[in-house]
Amino acid sequence: MSLTDLYREVILDHYRSPRNRGTLAAPDLHGEGTNPLCGDEIAIDMTLDDGVVSEVRVTGQGCSISQASASMMSEAITGRTVAEIREIAARFNALMTTDDQIVDPDRPGSVLGDLEALQGVREFPVRIKCATLSWHTMLDAFGQ
Amino acid sequence: MLDLRSDFPLLAARPELTFLDSGASAQKPHQVLSAMREFAENHYANVHRGAYRLSQEATLAYEGARETLARFVGATDPAEMVFTRGTTTSLNVLAAGLTPRLAGRSILITEMEHHANLIPWQLAARRAGATLAHVPLTDEFRLDMDAFDRLLTPDVAVVSVAGMSNVLGTINPVAEIAAKAHAVGAVVVVDGAQMVPHLPVDVAHLGIDALAFSAHKMLGPTGIGGLWGRRDLLEDIEPFETGGEMIRDVSFETATWAQIPQKFEAGTPPITEAVGFAAAAEYLTSLGMEAVAAHDATLTTLALERLSEEVPGISIQGPPAGPDRGGVISFTLDGIHPHDIATILDSHGVAVRAGHHCAKPLMSRLSVPATARASFSVYNTPADLDPLVVGLRSAIEIFG
Repeated sequence: MSLTDLYREVILDHYRSPRNRGTLAAPDLHGEGTNPLCGDEIAIDMTLDDGVVSEVRVTGQGCSISQASASMMSEAITGRTVAEIREIAARFNALMTTDDQIVDPDRPGSVLGDLEALQGVREFPVRIKCATLSWHTMLDAFGQ
Repeated sequence: MLDLRSDFPLLAARPELTFLDSGASAQKPHQVLSAMREFAENHYANVHRGAYRLSQEATLAYEGARETLARFVGATDPAEMVFTRGTTTSLNVLAAGLTPRLAGRSILITEMEHHANLIPWQLAARRAGATLAHVPLTDEFRLDMDAFDRLLTPDVAVVSVAGMSNVLGTINPVAEIAAKAHAVGAVVVVDGAQMVPHLPVDVAHLGIDALAFSAHKMLGPTGIGGLWGRRDLLEDIEPFETGGEMIRDVSFETATWAQIPQKFEAGTPPITEAVGFAAAAEYLTSLGMEAVAAHDATLTTLALERLSEEVPGISIQGPPAGPDRGGVISFTLDGIHPHDIATILDSHGVAVRAGHHCAKPLMSRLSVPATARASFSVYNTPADLDPLVVGLRSAIEIFG
């Protein structure tokens, strides 16, 4: 278990300066999620334009992993179609649950980009649900 | 200071571990583990049933455990000591049993209660048409006793209060609360989950009517706890669970209850666990509960001092060191969520709890979503504070 794999600089950066923070006045989609055991909370607003997620806003409170993951997710899904988002979410879920070795997120050709920085969470099984909370919340907003 | 680490096989097997989560559940000394094993290997059978000798041996051990636990909390009548699954069940038995007395009345709890001493009373209040009020905290994390005096009207039928907070470490003035509550005719229930493992408890001296506690927080096994109640109270209230072993007579139409304590012990009880529970009480008695409390106080004072001086940006949610301060230390660090604190401490071999500690209303009162919590038991020593401080300083560095 390596703390430096868990608390990569990019994660701490998203935790300290979360992207797309706030709410939307007239969202097309809204989702709320909590981890009742640890109290992490996420609320997501999204607008859709012609099947593309055009704006995402996130509020919530919780640990660095849950909040950084939400921030990274908000960037990853902006400008994407619903089908693309489901694909990214499936890849992210696979990243969280695989037994593969941790790979360098900065390598060329990385599909998930910054999101791959979260793979260190795998080494800390109790924290995986922190990383996936915002993704489940977002998918719930689409009606799964 | 006590130095007992070698009595605890898990701690001896894991010398790298600094276990600071005894408030959740304590480790078990070999005296408890071997008592359970000896019983299971030589005397185990169901109790109160068999005409055969082995069952009589098991019954003697089980009833002997009851006497030990009654004595441990200062009760003179073993029939007043009911074995339950733990503090939560004990409080549910009391809340359900007292419900018929609550119509149009009021239940008084406190702002620092664990959900186990909150939700059973919410349900009782809803079922009976009673109101549920709580005593607020002062800014020093103690009960506001002026507010208690105001809230304690003749409407109050039950006062139920934690002996010691599982979040704040506050030790409440139980004897004073009991005397005042009795003056208005209220029944006094104490959630002793944190108090019984750490302080000398004498139910007669405290003047309370019922006490709920758990074996696993006082070095005993899981799955068993105690409900001590005054005889007249236990004889008056209805059982919470019904079934085998708790009856006097049964027909298809009706049943009558056995005497206390069997009336509250439906089904086969945790027999081996009762033996372990008694062994834990005997272990603590051999240390002396005064010595246990002194050990706890010394360690707590030292920890509060070191955390305040050596960990910049720490906020401690609990009263300062003193006679009403127990060995449960909740804290937060500026800009670092308690789960991150717990993960980083874990990488330093330090086990602490992070979360709302089953006290969400209290978290709201403290304006925090969660806290990290270090809690002590008899096997902790001042040396355990070193990795705690080092780990917290490393958390500050990572998040700095």
